[in-house]
Parts: sequence; C-alpha cells; structure tokens
Amino acid sequence: MLKLEHVNKIYGERHALNDVNIAFPEHKTTVIVGPSGSGKSTLLRSLNLLERPENGLYHFDDLTLDFSKSIPEKNILSIRRQTGMVFQSFNLFPHLSVLKNVTEAPIHVLKQSTAAATSTAKDLLAQVGLADKADQFPTALSGGQQQRVAIARALAMKPKYLFFDEPTSALDPELEAGVLRVLLKLAQEHNSMIVVTHNMEFARGVADQIIFLEEGEILYSGDPKTFFTEPTERIHEFLSAMNFMVKA
Amino acid sequence: MSSSTWEIITSSLPQILTAAAKYTIPLTLISFVLGLLLALLTAMVRLSLLRGPFQIVRGIFWGYVWIFRSTPLLVQLFIVFFGLPNLGVQFSPWTAAIITFTLNVGAYSSETIRAAILSIPNGQWEAALTLGMTRRQVLFRIILPQAVRVSLPPLSNSFIGLVKDTSLASSITIVEMFTVGQQISAKTYEPLLLYSLVALVYLVICTVLTVLQGYLEKWTSRYVPTQH
Ligand SMILES: Nc1ncnc2c1ncn2[C@@H]1O[C@H](COP(=O)(O)OP(=O)(O)OP(=O)(O)O)[C@@H](O)[C@H]1O
Ligand SMILES: [Mg+2]
Repeated sequence: MLKLEHVNKIYGERHALNDVNIAFPEHKTTVIVGPSGSGKSTLLRSLNLLERPENGLYHFDDLTLDFSKSIPEKNILSIRRQTGMVFQSFNLFPHLSVLKNVTEAPIHVLKQSTAAATSTAKDLLAQVGLADKADQFPTALSGGQQQRVAIARALAMKPKYLFFDEPTSALDPELEAGVLRVLLKLAQEHNSMIVVTHNMEFARGVADQIIFLEEGEILYSGDPKTFFTEPTERIHEFLSAMNFMVKA
Repeated sequence: MSSSTWEIITSSLPQILTAAAKYTIPLTLISFVLGLLLALLTAMVRLSLLRGPFQIVRGIFWGYVWIFRSTPLLVQLFIVFFGLPNLGVQFSPWTAAIITFTLNVGAYSSETIRAAILSIPNGQWEAALTLGMTRRQVLFRIILPQAVRVSLPPLSNSFIGLVKDTSLASSITIVEMFTVGQQISAKTYEPLLLYSLVALVYLVICTVLTVLQGYLEKWTSRYVPTQH
C-alpha cells in the first residue's frame, strides 16, 4: 500500500502540491486528471522521489518516510526498485538495443543473470508486440513502439507499482491505441498502477479510483462513475473543456 | 632532386622517425591517457553534489582547470622543469614533460567531458534512476557511454593538438623529433628540407589519428539515425 499524508511541494511562490492526502490501493488503477499545471506530474514524481516535497509523510508498505527529514539513500533506492515509471517522452537509452534497454536494470540492479534477464525481456517484448525488434536500436522504432519498450523496461523490474505520466501525449492517435491497449491489459491483470492522462475516454475505461487535481489540491478522489456521471460544477467544467479540446 | 638532397633525406629520416617513436608518440600517448583519466575525475568532481566542507574539493579542481587553461603550455613546462627545483622538487625532463602535458590536456579535456555529460538529456538520468540505479551506475552505464560520442570530436582535437605540443618538450632538453630536425639542419645547412621532413612526419601521425577518429565516430554513432 502506498499512501501520502499532508504532503506539500512548493516551487517558489507556487504550491505544486497542497496538503495532499491520498492512498493508492494495490492491484487497482488510479487515474490522475486535472488541468495543465495542476501538479499531476509533481505528485507522480514525488512517489518515486524524483521530486522531494518539503513536508508530509509517505508510506510505502511498512516503510514511512518523513519528507521534512533527510531520507537515507537506501530507502530511496528501495522505493525506486519497487516502482516503475513510464514517461511521456519514453526516455529509452539510445545507445542500447531494445533488448538491452529491458535487461539493463534487472542485470545491474537486481543482479539477475544475463540469461535469465534476457529470457524475461524477450517474453515482455513479445507481450507488447515487439518480439521482432529486440536487436534494433530505439531510434529505429516509432514513438508508439518506443513507448511499449519503455513499458517492458519498467515491467522487467517486477515493480509493485507502475507509474505512467501521460504515456500517450507524445503520440499520434493511431500509435496511441497500441499503447493504451497494453495499459488496459496491465490494468485488467490487476497490476497496481497510477496513470496521469488527458484521455478521459481511457480514464473512464481503466480507472478503479480517480483523482482530480487543481492547483496542487485534490478536489476529488474516489469512484470514477460518480466522477463522470455526477460531476461537481468545477469537474463538469473541466470535462467539457477536455471534450471541447478533443473535438476542436 | 639532387643526389645530396636525397642522401640527406635517407640519412635523416630514420633519425627523425626514431625520435618520433622514442619520444613524440610515447609522450603523447602516456600524457593523453593519464590526462583523460584526470579529466574524467575533474569533470565528475565539478559536476558532483558535494556539499558543506567538501565543496572545497570542487573549488580545488575548478582552480586547477582555471590555471592550466589560462597560462601558456611552454611556461607551464618551464615552471615544472626549471622552476620547481627551487622548491626542492626535481624531475627528469621526461617526467616533467609527462606531468605538464597530462595536467594541461586534462584541464582542457575535463571541460569537454563536463559539457558532454551535461548535454545528455535529464530524462536519461531520470529513467535510469527510476529503475533503481545508483547515481554512479547511471553515470557509468547510461550517461558516459552517450557522452563519449558527443566528446569524441573535441577530444580528438585535444589529442591531435597534444601530438604537436610535444615539440615543446625540446625546450626542456628532450631530444624529440623537432630537436633532431634542428640538429641535423644545423649540420647540413638545409633548414627548409629538414623542417619540412619533420612537418611531414607530424602530418602523417595526425592523419592516422584523423582516420582513426573517423572510424571511432562512426562506431560510437551507430545508434544514431543518419542525418544530413
Ligand atoms: N522544476 C520546477 N520549477 C518550478 N516550478 C515547477 C517545476 N516543476 C513544476 N513546476 C510548477 O509546479 C506546478 C505543477 O506542475 P506539474 O508539472 O506537476 O503539472 P502537471 O499537472 O503535470 O501539468 P501538465 O498537465 O502540463 O503536465 C506548475 O505550476 C509548474 O509550473
Ligand atoms: Mg505533467
């Protein structure tokens, strides 16, 4: 179980996270939505400690971190090993083949044997439909294919939680579908996932829990059905803006 | 070409080549390898997250780069070889040359390496860190392999520059290529011929390095789509 209590992140004048209290249940998919600049990325990046909130508590299973105190390096590494992250911009390692992108961390972080890591990586690449691309360099792949490699790379660490920060925002619609299909399958397999997305259709289809952020504050958290069918005035406004943008 | 000119060429070329093999090439290779190691260390310290009192270490390396980039190599050679004995520190010409060339090329190359490391997008660090790698692992396994590609052209510049700079070792009594040419020219009264021969040998050495650079660039860029 992953949980934040009274977490604040401040950039200069800006309250990027404002007293955030939220739990992310295991084996469920939490979708985070909200306008641009509302703190969605900051929230996700705080969970794998790419950002350091000023204060608040972070519970990761039995481990509790106090953001206002210094956090031991071994706790940071431990949390990162148990969480996978997929970025909007893929961030594959360009100098490594697709296969090596996937085996790099299992071999050098988890100390798996090359043979074991390679065999797992090949399975994962097959699962995301890229078995035939193992020996290519990432630059030879389309954006959608690169993002699926990035997902395989994250999965190879067998993380407890998977984070996705707008995984399809950099993709054309026809490439987006392939990536969303992989995400949907992962959700159906009851992985513990947290997904930031602007795709409301997808959010509605995949979310077990939905979070609406605005100016660093959680204005809604809970049942996705209520969120979409009985939105508050502010959420209604947000949703129609999203629809409007989709149609425009 | 008169027969005597030809004779001078055939008799002096072996001496010049011997000097190249005994001094110019080893001086360059040893200084460059040591210089690269020093440069890597310097770049890493200058990019490190050292805090508190450890910041002084970063200051020291900053000062080293500042001094060696801001003073002439010839003056540095003279200080190390002729100057330091006044402080009771005496080096053989060979050692003094290696030390000076290493420090000099290390200072320049550290800036090359530092810039190359900084040129790798932050997303690479983040992706590797989120996989649970330590900062050291990220640097050595993800960032530096990509930085090599970026730094290859400027490092080759430094390397080729160093080949020619080793001629300055003649000023601290090392009988390298240039000195040999000078000595023969004094005997034969053929400065044009002799210095041209010396220049030709430098040209050949640097051409080999240029070709090598081309292959290395191609190899380190194998993952980059061809662009024009
Ligand atoms: N490194 C930073 N320095 C200063 N301000 C920052 C930094 N990162 C984020 N912010 C600010 O914090 C707020 C939240 O940013 P964040 O990136 O989390 O928003 P977001 O909801 O992910 O937006 P988007 O939908 O555009 O990705 C924004 O106002 C942003 O300008
Ligand atoms: Mg964002």
